[in-house]
Amino acid sequence: MAELIPMRKTYGQALVELGRANPKVVALSADVSNSDFSYMFQEAFPDRFYNVGIAEQSLVDVAAGLAYAGKIPFANTFAFLFATRALEMVRTHLCYGGANVKLMGAYAGLSDSFDGPTHHAITDIAILRSLPNMTVIVPGDTVAVAKLLPLVAEWPGPVYFRMNRNDVPRIFDDSYNPVIGKAVLLRDGADVTLIGAGYMLHRCLEAADRLAVEGISARVLEMHTIKPLDSEAVLSAARETGALVTAEEHSIVGGLGGAVAETIAEAVPVPLVRVGIPDTFAETGPYLQLLDRYGMAVDDIVQAARKAVALKSREIA
Amino acid sequence: MAYHSEELIRDISAKAQQFRIEILKMVFENQTGHIGGAFSAAEIVASLYFHHLRIDPARPDWPERDRFLFSKGHACAVLYSALAYRGFFPVEELHTFRKLDSRLQGHPDRFKCPGIEIPAGPLGHGVAVGVGMALALKAAGKPSSLSAPSGRASTAKVYVLLGDGEINAGVIWEGALAAAKYRLGNLTVILDYNGIQQTGATADVLPTEEIAEKWKAFGWHVQEIHGHNVGQILDALDRADEVHARPCIIIARTTKGKGVSFMEYDHRWHGAPPNKEQFDNALVELEEGLRVWQN
Repeated sequence: MAELIPMRKTYGQALVELGRANPKVVALSADVSNSDFSYMFQEAFPDRFYNVGIAEQSLVDVAAGLAYAGKIPFANTFAFLFATRALEMVRTHLCYGGANVKLMGAYAGLSDSFDGPTHHAITDIAILRSLPNMTVIVPGDTVAVAKLLPLVAEWPGPVYFRMNRNDVPRIFDDSYNPVIGKAVLLRDGADVTLIGAGYMLHRCLEAADRLAVEGISARVLEMHTIKPLDSEAVLSAARETGALVTAEEHSIVGGLGGAVAETIAEAVPVPLVRVGIPDTFAETGPYLQLLDRYGMAVDDIVQAARKAVALKSREIA
Repeated sequence: MAYHSEELIRDISAKAQQFRIEILKMVFENQTGHIGGAFSAAEIVASLYFHHLRIDPARPDWPERDRFLFSKGHACAVLYSALAYRGFFPVEELHTFRKLDSRLQGHPDRFKCPGIEIPAGPLGHGVAVGVGMALALKAAGKPSSLSAPSGRASTAKVYVLLGDGEINAGVIWEGALAAAKYRLGNLTVILDYNGIQQTGATADVLPTEEIAEKWKAFGWHVQEIHGHNVGQILDALDRADEVHARPCIIIARTTKGKGVSFMEYDHRWHGAPPNKEQFDNALVELEEGLRVWQN
C-alpha cells in the first residue's frame, strides 16, 4: 500500500495558496469548516471567509451573490448537500445564471463512512453532471488536489470539486500536470481499459497488476474531469482496446460509468462493465470495508475486466 | 432626507401607471404572463428606476452601479417595462415578451436582457444572493464616481424586491439571519406585501403576520409604508440609506392587481391572461388612471 496522505489537509493548504495568489478568491462554509478544512483559509484570511451557518441553500446563494459581484467564491460543505438540499440554487445561479462559484464537495462517496447513508454522497456526480454549464472534477490523490485547484480557480465557470474525507494513497508525483477536460494515461494496455476516478483510481492500478498476471493487458485512464468528459480518450480506448471498465465511488447509475456509456453507445459501442455502488444505499462501517462490500473491491474491478474482455468475443444477437 | 417635489412624485406615479398599461398589453398579446404581482409593484419599481437607483443604461455592467435584484421573477413584465422606459432597450421590444427569440424571457435571463442582475423565478433567492453581493461591494468599499439622484454619496448598494408569497421560502430567512450577522447596511429589501399569492390570501395559505415584528426580531431595520404612494416609497428608500450597520426592509402594503377594479384583491389574476373584453375594460380603467397623473 502506498503512503497515505490526508486529502483534507492538502485541500486546506491549497486553498490558502489560492487565497495568497488571487485576492478575488473568498471562501464560505456552512459551519463545517473543521470538517472540510476551510478553517485554514479562515485563519489566513479572516476577512475573506464567511460562515453562513447550517444553511446550505443560503451558502450557495450567498456565494452566487459574491460571484455576481466579481469574487471567486469557494463554497464548502458536505458533497451530498450541494447535490440535494442546495441543488436548485446551484442550477439557477451557477448553471443558468453563470455565477462563477466553485463547490467544494467534502466527504464524498462513502468516505464519511461511519456517519452512514445520510452522509454518504453516491448520486452527486450523476445529479451535477446533468446540469448544463457545470464542470465536475474528481481528484485522484492529494497531488491532484493541489494541482487541480488552481486550474479550478481559473476555470471560467462553476465547478463541482469532489473530495474524500479519508487519507488517500499517493498516486502522482510532481510531474503530474492535469488539464481540465483531459484524461490522464497512467498505464498503456491492449485488451481492456480501466477508467477510474477518485479513490478508485488506486484500485484500478492494483487491478491492472493482477490482470497482468493473468495475461490481460489493461490500459488505465484517470478521468479526473467527469464533465466535460474527454470523449476522445474514451473513444480511442474503445477502438484500441475493445472493452471498457469504469470504476467510481458512486452509484453505477449516471456517474462516470453513465457518462462513458453515453459516449461510446453512439460512436464505438464496445462492451462496458461499470464498477460502483449498485442502485442502493450503503450502511455504517469502516471505509475500506464498505468499498469492498458495496461492489468496489479490487476484485470487483478484476472480475469486471474479465467480463468485459469475454464480451468482446460474443456476437451481437 | 431629501425633499421630493410634487412634480417628481407625479412623474413617477404616471410612469408606474404607464407600466401597467404596457404589462396589460404584453400579457394580452401573447396570452401568457403574470399581471397581479406586476401591478402591485409598479410604483416601487418606478421609484427605484426613475429616481433612487444609481445606474447607467449605457453601461449595464458598470461595476459601481447599484444592484437591483428582482427576486419575484414571475412579475418581470413590470421590470421589463421599467428597463425599457429607462433606456436599457427599445420600448417597442416589450411586445416580444414571452415570444420565441425574445430577449424578454418568461422569467428574467441576465445573459439575454440588458439590466438584469440575476435569474429569478424560483422564489426565495433575493435576500441570500443580495447578502453575497452586499458583502462583495462592502469589501470593495470605494465611493461611486456617480452620485445618486437622491444625493446619496455612499458606495454602491444592493436593493431586493420580494413578494409576500415568496417569503414562505425558508432560504429567505437563512439569508435574513446572514444579513444581520454581517451588519449589511448596504442591503435594502422592499417587500411587495399585496396579501395575495397564487391560490389565495397569504393569510390563508401560510400566515406571515406579524410581519414587521418578524423582521425586527431578525435584527433588521423595518419601515412600513403605503406601497402605491410614491412619496412614501422615496422617503423610505432615503431613510434606509441613513442606516449603516443593519440591513433594512421596507414593508410596502400594496394591492394585487392594483389599478383595474376587477383584478384587485383577486388571486385569479396572479397568472391568468385577460380575454379581449377584459383587456378592453382594463385598458379603459388604466388610461383613466394615467390621465389623473398627467393633468
